Amino acid sequence: MNLAEFDHHAPIDGTTIFDGTQAMKGYALNKMCYSFNAAEARETYKADPEAYYDRFGLNEAQKQACRDKNVLDLIAAGGNIYYLAKFAGIFHLDVQDVGAQQTGMTKDAFKEKLRKAGE
Amino acid sequence: MATIIGGLTSSHIPAVGNAIAKGLQDDPYWKPFFDGYPPIRDWLGDHKPDVAINIYNDHGLGFFLDKMPTFAIGAAHEYRNEDEGWGIPQLPPFPGDPKLSWHIIESMVAQEFDITSCQELAVDHGFTVPMQLFWPGAPNNPDMPRVVPISANTVQHPIPTLKRALDFGKALRRALLSYPEDIKVVILGTGGLSHQLDGTRAGFINKDFDQYCMEKIVTAPEELTKITRMELVEKAGAQGTEFLMWMMMRGALGDKVTPIHANYHIPISNTGAGTMMLECAA
Repeated sequence: MNLAEFDHHAPIDGTTIFDGTQAMKGYALNKMCYSFNAAEARETYKADPEAYYDRFGLNEAQKQACRDKNVLDLIAAGGNIYYLAKFAGIFHLDVQDVGAQQTGMTKDAFKEKLRKAGE
Repeated sequence: MATIIGGLTSSHIPAVGNAIAKGLQDDPYWKPFFDGYPPIRDWLGDHKPDVAINIYNDHGLGFFLDKMPTFAIGAAHEYRNEDEGWGIPQLPPFPGDPKLSWHIIESMVAQEFDITSCQELAVDHGFTVPMQLFWPGAPNNPDMPRVVPISANTVQHPIPTLKRALDFGKALRRALLSYPEDIKVVILGTGGLSHQLDGTRAGFINKDFDQYCMEKIVTAPEELTKITRMELVEKAGAQGTEFLMWMMMRGALGDKVTPIHANYHIPISNTGAGTMMLECAA
């Protein structure tokens, strides 16, 4: 069955609905990120990222998105933000770093955007 | 029988855990947020609940996509807070109440909520941060209640509808009211309010919608059930769907509640942060 044949959701700008289609597409990537809950796994990854990608069976698009630390590409490759946050954590990127990268803003500009939402 | 004395809501942003660890409560960025909690702590000090039912959403610590329960109920003697991968300090285990957990589980399934029971459940910031805010030093606070964690899926669509969340809370209320022991219970609904971490819409916060939700959840929660899940994503942001936990909490409080305290502040991290204390009619 090709799940992509079914469109369950009206599009929302700038938003990927993490549904069954995305969950299947990103399974290996998210499983790798889930492993990063363990400090030992983070160290194993850092010692040899390429071997770690292969161990979890990441496809080329997922590997490249990881090498580039490109969050939009990671999402397009099926990544779920809650698991990707654990990947980002290895590089000490917080949710404002991740937000700034995805919106093409500096971190300061992104934080200012957040602050302005309160006005 | 158990008495439900009230409901508490709180955002559960990880950065709050770090701010507590670093003692930043009086820092100008954090103060407007932390100032929302002392009135609720005073109320908790006066009422001293025996049990806190903490309705939260796991973020990839207790559950993975291999098996994703829509509703999961803890049934353990204690709940461990484990490493989430990005450096929030870990807390000692929280004491459970397995006897009450199994009563709730029996009752929920009898009411046709086919939940997942968890004899082991690692709890993440979604659970621990509100506990620290309401009971400073948690779990080593002298007034620390026993806990029953309940987690709902907001990681992967399809997520529950707002109506189902409210109905879950109503069933939870019936479960608690049929518990034979005289205990005082407080219900926590944690998460939200509006925020989006992923995509080119990252940083989306919707003050008007948050304030609408904070108003209606007191007076007319049924009205909120008209919001579809995709509308919730659109108006609250992709992770603002955590508002479902507030709906579950609200359902457990019964029809009439008295709002004792509320606070709302933007931004904390990437989020519109909402805090509420609703007291049940005696």
